[in-house]
Amino acid sequence: MSFTSRFLHDSGYDQPGDVVPDKFYYDNKIVKWFAYATILWGLVGMLAGLTIAFQLVYPQLNLGIAQTTFGRVRPVHTNAIIFAFVGNGIFMGVYYALQRLCKARMYSDFLSKLHFWGWQLIIVLAAVTLLSGYTTGKEYAELEWPIDILITIIWVVFGINMFGTIIKRRERHLYVAIWFFIATFVTVAMLHIVNSMEIPFSWIKSYSLYAGVQDALVQWWYGHNAVAFFLTTPYLGLMYYFMPKAANRPVYSYRLSIIHFWALIFLYIWAGPHHLLYTALPDWAQSLGTVFSIMLIAPSWGGMINGLFTLRGAWDKVREDVVLKFMVVAVTAYGMATFEGPMLSIKSVNAISHFTDWTIAHVHVGALGWNGFLTFGILYWLIPRIFGVKLFSQKLANWHFWIGTLGIVFYAVPMYWAGFMQSFMWKEFTPEGQLKYQFLETVKVMRPFYLTRAIGGVLYLSGAIMMTYNLIKTVRSGKAINDEAAEALPLAKVYVPHGSQHWHRWIERRPMQMLVLSLVVVAIGGLIEMLPTFMIKSNIPTISSVKPYTPLELQGRDIYVREGCYLCHSQMIRPFRSEVARYGEYSKAGEFVYDHPFQWGSKRTGPDLARIGGKYPDSWHFNHMYEPSSMSPGSIMPNYVWLFDNDIDTAITPAKIRAMQKLGVPYAEGFDKTANDDLRKQALEIAGRLNKDNIKANNNKEIIALIAYLQRMGTDIKLEHKIVATN
Amino acid sequence: MSALFLLVIASILVAAAFLIAFIWSVKTNQYEDEKGAAMRILYDDSIKIKQVKN
Repeated sequence: MSFTSRFLHDSGYDQPGDVVPDKFYYDNKIVKWFAYATILWGLVGMLAGLTIAFQLVYPQLNLGIAQTTFGRVRPVHTNAIIFAFVGNGIFMGVYYALQRLCKARMYSDFLSKLHFWGWQLIIVLAAVTLLSGYTTGKEYAELEWPIDILITIIWVVFGINMFGTIIKRRERHLYVAIWFFIATFVTVAMLHIVNSMEIPFSWIKSYSLYAGVQDALVQWWYGHNAVAFFLTTPYLGLMYYFMPKAANRPVYSYRLSIIHFWALIFLYIWAGPHHLLYTALPDWAQSLGTVFSIMLIAPSWGGMINGLFTLRGAWDKVREDVVLKFMVVAVTAYGMATFEGPMLSIKSVNAISHFTDWTIAHVHVGALGWNGFLTFGILYWLIPRIFGVKLFSQKLANWHFWIGTLGIVFYAVPMYWAGFMQSFMWKEFTPEGQLKYQFLETVKVMRPFYLTRAIGGVLYLSGAIMMTYNLIKTVRSGKAINDEAAEALPLAKVYVPHGSQHWHRWIERRPMQMLVLSLVVVAIGGLIEMLPTFMIKSNIPTISSVKPYTPLELQGRDIYVREGCYLCHSQMIRPFRSEVARYGEYSKAGEFVYDHPFQWGSKRTGPDLARIGGKYPDSWHFNHMYEPSSMSPGSIMPNYVWLFDNDIDTAITPAKIRAMQKLGVPYAEGFDKTANDDLRKQALEIAGRLNKDNIKANNNKEIIALIAYLQRMGTDIKLEHKIVATN
Repeated sequence: MSALFLLVIASILVAAAFLIAFIWSVKTNQYEDEKGAAMRILYDDSIKIKQVKN
């Protein structure tokens, strides 16, 4: 069969005579916009990362201002990189590849524009609210409820636009990349909705619907799958399109790509609990997470091997072509990160790595290597094509490649080293059986590693700036082909429409779409109905001495969340001798039943705080929060001076109490009305204790609420022990 | 641990949707022609009309 007749046959035609190719235009303008946004937000996100990296070396860089302090800038960094840089990168690639794979223009230009501007609006709102301290306190899902709703709407817009394009395609076969895009859309929608369930108590703030262990489980189910379905599957889709295009040869094994796709998406969703090994999560759930995580290595490496082998016999091209260089490093980084991931999910390895900078190294191999370099490769390939010119400077792009690669090495190596050192220092005992190191000592030795890491970041960002310059020059030298002419044979009609049709006829003809749609609808509806009952029942404490927070403590806890304390301090003592000796009795699931949201954290830049309550006097906390290095010389914690100026927002207390009651927290009926009296009483007590230590403190200030919360943490269990002892 | 029910249900629903998609893809002969599928994407710019719509 000749190519033409084969092609005609595939398109459903038997006779070449009856074919008139459709003429249409690919929308390059939307691709161009997403490309610009990718570059812009990439630079912003990396700059934010660089800022916090240097803040860990020079704490003065926190500037003593709330909005520039680590705890608020760090979520800006992570959200900007994941949802702004990689997010726009996904859309750029999808809008370019999908049109060509479907041989069709995007379904709707209006939806494309709405999607673009909606997403940029979300990013701007995210940056403003995060810096202002509006956060849910759940990592990578920090955005508050109005933005969560906006994300859902814009995501649906993206979905309609994508599925609309797939439906009106002129190519019967769905290339493997499209499958990756579909999986991304469906799963991210589900993850976002389930993890963002929250009860608002003001126009911008809310409490997580889930508490404690439940919240942790939902959050890391989300967190892990965000890595899987936002940072991995869409980028694998992009790899399967852009790598063969850049190398001008077909993918190594199309069969492998199909097998690894289905295996990957069926396995990925069960691996989330590997983020909670040795925590208060039930053992069987931890084991499930471990088993699935280890199995994941097969489909992950399937993708890596397929990517690298696509270049079989073409390695001479890699030497010449900077686009391929970026892609090769990207795929290699993907292979390393997905080897490391399963390894980190083994409990004995996780016991060492968790809470250390090893995790930071791991995610940055993925983010800088896999996502960053693949994005750069695609940009270098795409921009010249859209503008019908050659890249301004191959040489500069090569410089970018080498400086970027060096940046990754300078970033990752010290972080791995730092991770091992932290872990072994935390766990080391003297021959007499005492902990060998104070926590502060383990912080001080990190300095050179943090500095080298920051330099790695400088190198990486320099490369990105070079790219920006290079691409601006490229853009200026050409003229955008905003609408690229194309033609393709229409698909043969499967049915003959007659007369006017009822609106849902179109979906009836598409059983697959209809099933998926109805499943999603049923799932969402069902979940919303079942959720409150499920969640609230489970809030019945299993430990009788665990009581709800007082209004002052609740206000303090919200300040803790607002300032992003969870980004450096965990609240989860794992059942290891070294941790019990350092922090106290290991954490029990029953202790967290009133924690909306949970604040277990994932990193110990500072010590665990699960049992900080009662460990130091109020005056210590007062001085420490004002200037940590005054109490702990060498500490890299920022100063929280504004907590001493800001008044506690008592106007919102009743609404907070009512929201908590809705969540099943057993405050007495009508407690919202008297909550502020209770709050003032407790605040006066704390001010009185401070006064005894010669500290004149205004009992209206936020610091008082924070002290109340810190002094409460982990103390309920201690009470229980006392009760048992006296009986 | 009622959140587990929620997550398991959500995960199974997504997995079921994917399973249906998978069965659909096999039944509609999506994977019949591996060589063609892999080759075809390389040719999509071959039909090029040198004009810009305005």
